[in-house]
Amino acid sequence: MNSLAPRWRTSLIWAWTAAVVIFMYLPGLCLLLASMTSSRYFIFPITKWGFAWWEKTFASLEIHQLFQTSLLIAFCVTVIAVTIALFGALAFARYDWKGRSIYQKIVLLPIFFPQSVLGLSLLLWFNALGLTMSWQTAVFAHLVWIVPVCTLVISIQVYSFDPALEEAAFDLGATKWQVFREVTLPVLFPGIFSGALFAFLLSWGNFPLSLYTTGADTTIPEYLYAKMVAGYTPGVPVLGTVSTVGAAGLLLVGYAIIVMLRRRRAASDQSEV
Amino acid sequence: MNLAKTIGPGTRHALPILLFLLVGFAAPLLAVIGFSFIPARSFSLWQSWSLGNYIEIFNSTSYLSFLWSLGLAAVTVLILAMICYPIAYGLARVFGKYATLVTLLFTIPLFVSENVRLYGWVLFFIKNGVLLGTLKAWFGIEPESWLFTNGIIVFGMVYVYLPFMLFPMTLGVSMVPDQTRDAAFDLGATRWQVFKEVELPLSMPGIMIGFLLSFVLAVGAIAEAKVLGGQQIIPISHDIEIAFTYAQNWPLGAALSVLLMLVVGTMVLLVLRRFDLDAILGRR
Repeated sequence: MNSLAPRWRTSLIWAWTAAVVIFMYLPGLCLLLASMTSSRYFIFPITKWGFAWWEKTFASLEIHQLFQTSLLIAFCVTVIAVTIALFGALAFARYDWKGRSIYQKIVLLPIFFPQSVLGLSLLLWFNALGLTMSWQTAVFAHLVWIVPVCTLVISIQVYSFDPALEEAAFDLGATKWQVFREVTLPVLFPGIFSGALFAFLLSWGNFPLSLYTTGADTTIPEYLYAKMVAGYTPGVPVLGTVSTVGAAGLLLVGYAIIVMLRRRRAASDQSEV
Repeated sequence: MNLAKTIGPGTRHALPILLFLLVGFAAPLLAVIGFSFIPARSFSLWQSWSLGNYIEIFNSTSYLSFLWSLGLAAVTVLILAMICYPIAYGLARVFGKYATLVTLLFTIPLFVSENVRLYGWVLFFIKNGVLLGTLKAWFGIEPESWLFTNGIIVFGMVYVYLPFMLFPMTLGVSMVPDQTRDAAFDLGATRWQVFKEVELPLSMPGIMIGFLLSFVLAVGAIAEAKVLGGQQIIPISHDIEIAFTYAQNWPLGAALSVLLMLVVGTMVLLVLRRFDLDAILGRR
């Protein structure tokens, strides 16, 4: 903290940030409000409060199917993305090698790419290969965008990784696999964990890539979009609220786990010294 | 194991992701380029190639969509820069131990599909919605809804792409060393001079990446104009989508995509080649 900064400036920055945070959550609040009315149309201020649409939405078999498809895709994406990205991140930040600077830029390129165009390009490509669109092609499409993001997230952890730890383990006679399992993985775990969290949530909420590559299968964001365009259904605010609260919950739990891990590690470091 | 010795550990670890991006990123882009040269309304690559689709684009009004997309994106980026700088400054220097929490608060909305969040704004701005309903009930006034105007599209883009400006900018601002700033103050620089001569130039890499990221994403934006803008403006991605879906003219859509890719790709390469990513991401 900069003690030289005058108090009024600090307060102003806090106030501005708070205002923008409220701005970020305002649409979520509107969804929540709209989901808690029992009338067919949304009229504010709400006169008839109720959870009728929540019950209806959760009883629907169609919604269960959507949840299953979205979960399946997000789960596969997470597992594959983290595996590829872990090695990608080591090449990104751990090793010094000749092509590294270009490699870093190549890996970042898909992140900077408009996703709707990426989705269409993948559709063309799958079509040229003669593949039928399904949840599997959607997993692949999500990976093209999520693997680079995941690599970047893990890389940030790898930057603070001390290679001397690995070398020490080698000197003590550990095999390659042992070093990877006993040193590299545990030290990088917080980064891998946040990478997995990012992968899961980004896949769960993705719309532009799913739109073109899921074929007959439908994910929750696709379903919501179809309903939005077709006219107002109170099921949309319900599902929207569920996905917002779900994402927030998962992220907060994940964050708590990372903080806990850091504390435990700090404590064990101290007891060793 | 012979292979492992001839290529270094860096290359070896980079191989899976590079192979994946070859199949999943480079190949689809090549497919699009290929498709953009085949005759209109056909679906197979194996035929005579021509420039027909490009000629059709230059003779049509698609350039308007391009201009709209570029213009809206530029306005969005400028507004974002002004909104985000104080927050980035706060995250890097003022918030201290609360910085992680604030970052988290800005991260959570990223994981909710942007359609859903924009729909929340529809509920906010729509007639009898949260804003207008409140105004009517409390003050008895009924202004026109802002929905379906050009301004609301920029509003939506500012909202959706805010984190993409904020996070790189924060990385940039935290690259300014305290000593340099203090030294400038000690030498008698005013607050404004320190900002202009020290803080801004030293945090430029992060700021430029924030500009680039939010601009590129905003150029490819489609949902804001569709959900909030009521399709008053057709941005370029929407043109592309129409060509692929309703018009069933894949080659034309592919040609439009190639032009968009050229614009975006050139910008990304021009900006990225100037910066050392290691320094920005915090390599020790």
